[in-house]
This record gives sequence, C-alpha cells and structure tokens, in this order.
Amino acid sequence: MKYVNDSIKKIDSDALLKGKGVYTDDLAPKDALCIKVVRSPHAFAKITNIDDRLTRKVAGVEMVLTYKDIKRIPFTRAGQCYPELSPYDKFVLDEYVRHVGDDVAIIVAENQKSAEMGAKRLKVTYEVLDPLLDYRKAEGHKTLVHPEEDNFIPVDFVGYDREKNLATEMGFEVGEITQALEDSDVVIKKTYESQAQAQAMMETQRAFSYEDEYGRLVVVSSTQIPFHVRRTLARALDMPMSKIRVIKPRIGGGFGSKQSIHAEFYPALITKMTGKPSKIVYGRKEVFTGTTSRHKMKFDITLGATKEGEILGIEMNALSDTGAYGEHANTTVGAAGKKVLTLYNKVKACSFKGKAVYTNNLPGGALRGFGVTQGTFALESAINELAEALNMDPVKLREMNMIKKGETTPIYNIITKGSGPEPIYMDSCELEACVQKGKALFAWENRKNRIEKDRESQKIKGKARGIGMAIAQQGSGLPNIDMAGATIKLNDDGFFTLLVGATDIGTGSDTILSQIAAEALDVSLDKINIHASDTDVSPFDSGAYASSTTYTSGNAVIEACKNMNSLIIEYGAKVLEENRENISFEKGKIFSKKGKEISLEAFSKKITYSMIHQQLTATGSFVPKKAAPPYMAGFAEVEVDLDTGKVDLLDFVGTVDCGTAINPMLARVQAEGGIVQGIGMALYEEVKVNPKGKLKSNTFMEYKIPTRKDVHTIQVELIEGHDDTGPYGAKSIGEVVINTVPPAIMEAIYQAVGVRIRSLPATPEKVWRAMNTEK
Amino acid sequence: MITIRTYYFPETMEAAYEKLTERRNNAVIGGGGYLKLGSKAIGTAVDLSNLGLDYIKEEEKSFEIGAMTTFAGMMLHEGLNQHFNNLFQRAIEDIVGMQLKNMVTIGATIYSRYGFSDFLTALLVTTTKVKLYKGGWISLNEFLENGPKERDIVEKISIEKTKGFYSFQDLRGSSSDYSILNLALSKEGDHYRIALGARPGRAKLAVKTMAFLEGKELSEEHMEKAGEVLTKEMVFGTNGRGSKEYRRAMGKVLLKKALQEGSIHED
Amino acid sequence: MKIKVTINGKEKELEIAPDDYLSEVLRKEGLLGVKKGCDTESCGLCTIHLEDVAVLSCGTLAAKADGKSITTIEGVREKAEQVRYQLAKRGVDQCGFCAPGTIMSILYLEKVVENPTDEEINRYLKGNFCRCSGYVGQLEAVKSYLEGQKHEVCE
Repeated sequence: MKYVNDSIKKIDSDALLKGKGVYTDDLAPKDALCIKVVRSPHAFAKITNIDDRLTRKVAGVEMVLTYKDIKRIPFTRAGQCYPELSPYDKFVLDEYVRHVGDDVAIIVAENQKSAEMGAKRLKVTYEVLDPLLDYRKAEGHKTLVHPEEDNFIPVDFVGYDREKNLATEMGFEVGEITQALEDSDVVIKKTYESQAQAQAMMETQRAFSYEDEYGRLVVVSSTQIPFHVRRTLARALDMPMSKIRVIKPRIGGGFGSKQSIHAEFYPALITKMTGKPSKIVYGRKEVFTGTTSRHKMKFDITLGATKEGEILGIEMNALSDTGAYGEHANTTVGAAGKKVLTLYNKVKACSFKGKAVYTNNLPGGALRGFGVTQGTFALESAINELAEALNMDPVKLREMNMIKKGETTPIYNIITKGSGPEPIYMDSCELEACVQKGKALFAWENRKNRIEKDRESQKIKGKARGIGMAIAQQGSGLPNIDMAGATIKLNDDGFFTLLVGATDIGTGSDTILSQIAAEALDVSLDKINIHASDTDVSPFDSGAYASSTTYTSGNAVIEACKNMNSLIIEYGAKVLEENRENISFEKGKIFSKKGKEISLEAFSKKITYSMIHQQLTATGSFVPKKAAPPYMAGFAEVEVDLDTGKVDLLDFVGTVDCGTAINPMLARVQAEGGIVQGIGMALYEEVKVNPKGKLKSNTFMEYKIPTRKDVHTIQVELIEGHDDTGPYGAKSIGEVVINTVPPAIMEAIYQAVGVRIRSLPATPEKVWRAMNTEK
Repeated sequence: MITIRTYYFPETMEAAYEKLTERRNNAVIGGGGYLKLGSKAIGTAVDLSNLGLDYIKEEEKSFEIGAMTTFAGMMLHEGLNQHFNNLFQRAIEDIVGMQLKNMVTIGATIYSRYGFSDFLTALLVTTTKVKLYKGGWISLNEFLENGPKERDIVEKISIEKTKGFYSFQDLRGSSSDYSILNLALSKEGDHYRIALGARPGRAKLAVKTMAFLEGKELSEEHMEKAGEVLTKEMVFGTNGRGSKEYRRAMGKVLLKKALQEGSIHED
Repeated sequence: MKIKVTINGKEKELEIAPDDYLSEVLRKEGLLGVKKGCDTESCGLCTIHLEDVAVLSCGTLAAKADGKSITTIEGVREKAEQVRYQLAKRGVDQCGFCAPGTIMSILYLEKVVENPTDEEINRYLKGNFCRCSGYVGQLEAVKSYLEGQKHEVCE
C-alpha cells in the first residue's frame, strides 16, 4: 500500500501551526452582530418577569429576545441520526430554566462589550423552585424537571416517562443470571460511580450566520455534526431545511462537546429575524455551565465465578444522571452495557439494566467513550476485585474469560440493529495480542516482583507503588444507523475533488480520507483535494462521533473511488478507442493492452473540452453492517504518598487493536491524548456542584485537566490487525483509548495501599480517607 | 469584566501615590492579570511600570527587591535560590505556567494578601520588611495580619540574609491546581519560623509551634508533638479542594516533611 | 487612548480603550493566531512575546504595551519553521488550537534556557494546555527540535 498505513503529516498542518485564521471566529464577518446569552443562576425556576429597560439603554444593544418572542417548538439538541433516540424536551428559550446555566434571554448588540453590558443589566425575576439534584432520588420525585406536556419522543423507545423524571429505561439479558450467580463459588457485589467529566476542548463553542445571495441562512459553526445541525435548526426555527446551509471550518477539538447543537441556535435565529450577520463565541465559563458533561453514572455490579476463575455471570445495573435534558440519555446508558458486557463472552449469563433520570444538573452529553467509559470503569474494577478474591493474577483472569479472535457473543445479536439470528463473529479481534503485548511491554511480572521487593524501602520514603490493568472495547460507527457518503469528482487537469460530509475535528480525518482516496485511485496524494463538512456540497455524513469517521466515511470513500475507477475505465476506453476489458487505470495513467496510454491530465482535458464532454463524478455510500470493535489493554503503575494520599501515575502502557492504522502516527497521538484524558478522569477532573446546583468547577482554575507535569511515561503500541469489513482493514481508535485508564489506575492504587476507590476521581483526600478508615 | 476610565503611567512614586489617592476608585495595577478575574470599576489605573521597580539587588546583608519584580524573576534568581535553599523557586514553581509568572508582580501579591498564595507563605518565614510609600517600613508579618493603615503602594521589600535552612512544602491535586495546603519553614540558628497557608485562609505564622520547637532536637517524638501543636493552633477550613479534617492532618504531614528535610540538611 | 506599539517588526499606532486586553486588540488587528481558550489566564492559548518575554495576552492590559514590541505567531513564520516541522512530524498538531501559543512558549524557552532538561522544557510549556495530544509527543517534538538546532549552530 502506498498511502494507507503511512505516517504523513496532516494536510492542514501548515495553516494550523502558522496560526492562520481558519477557525470559526476568524472567519466571522467584522460587522456581525454580537450575541450574549443570559443564563440562569438557579437550578430550577420559572421566569416570572424580564425587565429589559436598562439593557436597551446600553449603547449598541439592538435586540433582546425572551421565550415570548420565539415560536414554541420542542426539539432535541442531540447530534444523532433521525429519528433521534432522544426526547424532544428543549425549546430555544423557555419559561422554565432547568439547570444553573440554562438559557434565559438573548442579547444582541453591535459589539461584544455592549452585548455583555446589556446582559449584565437585564433584570430577570424568577420563581425559584426546589431543584432536584440527587439522581438517586430523581425517579418519581415530587420535583418534575419537565412539567410541560409538549415534550415527546420521536421514536417509541421503552422507558421514557416524563412524569417520573425518567428519560429512558432499558436492558437486555442472556441466559439465566440468577442461576449463574447461584452456581458461583465466589460472588463480588459492589457499587461504582463515575463522575461528570468536562470535555474541555481548547476551542469553545462558537458560530456565526449570515444570509447569502439567495436569501438562505448560512451557519458556520465549530461543530462535529453539520448535518444534524441543519436538520435541528430547521425544526427549532420553523424553516425548511433547504433554506439552511451549515459549514464547519477548522475547529479546535470537540471530544463530544460539539456532538450536540448549542451555539448555533442563537445566531441562526438572529440572522433569520434581521437578515444581518450575527455571531456568538462562548466564554469558557459558559462552556462549563451552558453545554454538557459526561453522564455521571452509578453501577451496581454482581459478578459470579467458579473458584478456578471461570466467570459464570455478570449483572450490571446502571443509573445515569442525564441532567436537565435527555439528549444522549438513552444511547449513553445503553452503551455502558452493550459495549462492555461483550468483553466477557464466555459467561453462562449476563444482564444489563440501565436507567437515565432527569435532574436539575448540567445536562449529560457526549464525551469520548460515550457510556462505555463509565461502564468499563465499573466492570473492569469489579473484575479486578474478583481476581483479588480468587487470588488470581488479573491478567490471567482476563485471558481466561475475555473474548478472542473469531469468537462471538449473543449480545451482538441483541444490540446490533438489523442483525438476524446468525452469530456475529469478532473476526478481527486482537484483544489477546493486546494483552500479551502489553503485558510484555509493561514487564508485568518483573514489575510486580520489583515492587514487592522494594515495598519496605519505599515505605521508609513514605511511598508505596502498585500496578493494575484493564481491557476495553468500543465500536466503529453504528451498524445500520449512521451512514456516510463520499463523492469524487474529476477535474479538467487530472486531479480530484473529494467531497465528504465527514467532520475533521482536529483528528486529521481530512488527511486520512485523502490517503484512502489516493490509495483507492492509485494516484499521488497531491491529486486529491478534499472538501468537507458543507451541507450544500458534501454528501451526507452523520458526523464525528461513535468512532465512525475512519470506518464508515473511509468505506464510503473507497466505494466512491471504486465507482470512479469504473467511470475512468469506461471513458478511457472511449478515448483510447478500445474495449473496456483491455483498459486499465494505474498510477494515474490509463493504459490499453495494445500499448496506447494517456495521462489522467490529458484524459480529463480531452473529455472536458474536445470530445465526449462528460463530467466524471462518482458517489459512494456506506453504513456499517456488523460490529467491528477496536480493543485495548491498559497497564498502569502508580506511586501513592502514604501520608497525603496523593497518587502519581508513573507509567502507562496501552496496546490498541485498531485494525489497519491508515496513518499510524495520527493513530498513536489519538491513543496518547485519550490516555491523558483518562488520567484526568481517574485522578484530577470532576464537575463539582454546590448544594444549590451551581457549578463550582466553572473555570480551568477549578476544573483541573492534566498538565505536562502530571504526565510521566506513556507508551503506546498499535496492534495492527485487519478487519475485512474496514477500509483497508481499519477499524477505529478515537474513543477506546480512554476506557482502560481509570480502572487500571484504581487497581494499581489498591495494590499499592490496599484501598478500593470505587468512585472517581481518586483525589488525595479520598485516598487518604480510605487509607485511614479501612485500616 | 472590569472597566477602566483612564490609564496612567506615573514617572515618580509621589505622582503615583497622588493619583491613587485622588479618587476612591483609582487603583494600582501590578501585572493586571488577576484584576481581570474580578469585576472592578476603576477610575484611573495607576501603572508603576515606568518607576524602575523591577529589580533584585543582592547586598551584603539583604536582598532588596522592587515591587514590580515578577514571580519569574524571583523564581530564577540564582542569588536568592542559593541563599534560601530554593525556597522561592519551590513556592513559585507550580503556579500555572511561565507566562503568568512573567506577569505577576510581588508588590501586587503582597498588597492583596491572597489566601491561596504560595509565595506569601514562603516569604513569611524569612525576615522581610515591606516598604510602603506612605506607611514606611513594616514587617511582612504585621502587614499580612493587619493590612495597610490607609491606601498605600508597595514600593519594595527587603529580605535579610540570615544563615539558615529553608523549606517549602505543598500539597496539590494536579500540578497547576491551587495548593490544598502549603507550608514554609525556616531555621535560623535555633530559631524556627513556620508558616501555613492555603488553609484555605492566608499564610500565618504558627507561633506556638515555633516556640515549641525552639532549641529542641529533632526527634520523632518532638516532630510528632510539634505537629499536634500546629494542628491545635492553626485554623483550617473546608473548600472545594479539601476538607477541614484533611487539611488539619496534612498540616502535620507537611511540617514533618519540612523538619525531616531540615535534619538531613544539618547532617 | 492611543498607544504606539511595534507588532512583528511593524510600528503601529492603535486606538484602544484603557480596559482593553491585548488579545482582543491583536485579534482586531488581524492577528488571528492569537487564540482565546479561557477566561482565567489558565490555558496559554493566547501566549505572545512582549519585549521578547512570553506572556498571556489575555491578561495583559493593552495600555501596558505602549512603546513596546510585540511578537505573535505571525511574526515568527520563518523562525518557527523547524518547530512546525517537528510538531507536524510527530502528529501533535491535531486541532491546532493550542499550537500558536505553544510555539511561542517553545521559542521563548529556546531563547532563555540553554540545553534544557525535560523538566525545564515542561516548566516553560506547562502554561500551555493541550487536550488533544497527551503532551508526550509534544515533548518529543520539542527535544528533536532543540537537538536539530544544536547541529545547525555547529554547522
């Protein structure tokens, strides 16, 4: 392969590193009206009055909009395929505010300063209601987060009950779980809780809009989901989709934060109403309080195994806090079981029950891993506890029970849409190789021995060390749900334009899709110009989530290129006056068996200007048909300060089975970045709320993402297998990379100081308390 | 958001003071960074940048340091580090990043008497006096306890060069977080100075603990007892970073670490 | 009020408000490489050089820059070529939003510290967040860059 599996630099690298103005706010018209959203200081309240007299007096303020000015249409902000598995429970503005930070009013002004001053001067009176902040008490609670009756679900999914604060309830099971647990010699029954984590991408949400020369609304946004934005704006603003165009320029990361529609509503509405360009740039505080965070989840896990270590049954009951809006409630809590229980396919029985409840907390949203991270933390922690109870090496326990290449589990038939009764085999599963390679790289046995040998001398220094590991998987796109399209167009100088809806959020998908196209057409990379994420021009793509870009969009590109190859052969035959069977297209040239040839450049000029006069364009579409999960094994060594409880992660080894790595260098960086986000989730990051529901952690001073000093040694090894259904054998890597980190670290802490931290993050005080009570 | 009506660069301290006291809402600007986090309405901002106050002078018996000296300047000064066992370097090291260290001035930090300040905890265990333009020289300890008598401007500080041992200990979550607790210790001859900060209250001298340790040898027993005295005499509180109980326990831990460092140093 | 500044070698007279911060002023002047990532001077995205010293432009009042020289990422296009090369080679450019600020910190480090250790590199870069890359690759890239510069000087 020439271009695939090549670590070339990103094609937009120069522009980004030179600091060129290629991001949303850089492109906004200088005369755009500036928008500031007034947000609720209360967790739950009814707006009784909005007095804008002082606001309107501020020089430069042009408009003030409240819920009374906007047609009331319920929708969901979730970036998911239509019809969404989400309640339509949000309005552009509403009479109720349901979390601290919920939107209250829209101030529009000539410049940012005036907009902010105007927002400050707005006098809003609220009837403050009793907020519901504890998700354990939410179901059936007397406080109803959504008292309004015009919410509804577009798809009949089980378990939505607005009047009980239930956003979703679901489950699945295989076999007889009660029996399996009864037959077990050892049973582990524990509860785990993972915290709300903020995505904390470097570029906040921002969008601008303008009316184009045809009177259409154009929205330029820092988004992961341009097509879902278009559809949702059309609904929310009550206008035809055909009148809206959404463009994504370069964006500064997302990690799921931009898999919901947020900033886009406001400028779109203002431009629709005034015909003038307008923009909004979220402040960082606004991102923390006005968007979403990872769903906080609690898991009750019961594991049963024989004393030889055969896991017989796993029961997982999950409760998820979806906060004020049910956007991704169903899909995240589902994923917490669906892509976690599939790791242990040899059980006699397993069962998963998941519930997501409304509260007056910040809404839960997408964040790398999307429920699988939370579920993996819980289950892998329980498995590590089981290993301890069995006095068995945790690696050995995994190797005995985890899914291996060519194996299957009936869970896949339950969770994969459109799958029949035929077993779905994990033909490309390299989890075993991940575990073996990781164990070797980490020197698992030697390290364990070294730590035991040094235990006393470490203790004198006031420290203790320990190691832990975990396994995980994710998905690659969503079978029979999320599709991608790609179109390839031949230009009149022998180069191609590759049109994709796929959304490069900084990961480099523009680059790898170009690599795939170059490979598929057998032309040099410089012959491919990619144009992405413009709903007017791009074929449909669900967007950058569910680890779908490489696998789903990549396959669509291959399909399009295959069709283009056929066209080139067809028309090459005409130009070379040959039969099609005698024509080949290789290395950018069209050859005939009889020795005639023509370069792509000459060919394209000919068929444009001189003869035939055909525009060659080909489209490909793809939707995954089966699950092609990536797998990972993670190994951690920590050092714990025996006096303070502070945990330092000394070393982490991650081995990832992503199938073929289209660009190994970019894949590696995904792993390194994901691991560090996992470290944050394990040790430092926590969305903290005061008793009134106000976010205490609403700045980077309070919300601590890992810095360079917190990261020591991270080793990543890509186990490059091959999945026949993936583009050139590729699967995915974007999300799986975070999942093993928290459980591996928690186990390492246990091995170091003998305390079990079952709720994240493991702050110094939490570890200290555990050490000083469990004695 | 802050608002400033006029910006003024005085050419003399006198002019600076005059302008400051002209109006109640006039204010002195140090680096100007921390200001941004609040919502002050300032009449005239008085910027001391042109007064040549960014200097560290090592003299025979003391260091004289201008108010506009930055944290970066303090952290990297070889003379200071050598004399004070890297006390200031350790106190300043984990503050956000180099850029902010290049902006924060010691004058502004001292005048504002911030509770979270690691630097003030460290400075408190040295023999330091602060020169206020109007109020004259005042011991740092007194200034931190009582503040200025009237609106004033920090001009410079003077740190005595006494021979001794200095240690800074801190506990934080991630390396750019505010301290959960910090402690500075100095031993000049037999005389100890111990300051505890980010309690979350501002740095304070632990006078009873200092008195207890005076002249005593550093046995396990004495270190343990000193910790108990510290725990009883200091006031600890709860905030997002830690609880009262944890801070109380950590006060002992940090003291022990500092004392142990001291005993190794003496060996 | 008016201030006289030299931005990337060009002398300019700018009209500013006394409470304007440098980041916004620079962006208004078309220097879009100066990014904004937070409201609390925590992230480092807005790093520039003021009189050759790395500072956060979001926390520097524009008035302070009067009579001084400012260098932004746009002003180091040639100088930073090898830095860009190493970052791109390691794939740690990713979303690119932290890059201008990080590059300004790298150049500052190079100027003030000779042969920095890993610890010193992290000390000078600690104020530059990156959520995409996990930092380890950026450290490698900086080391490769500094290594490469050594050889250049020798030649």
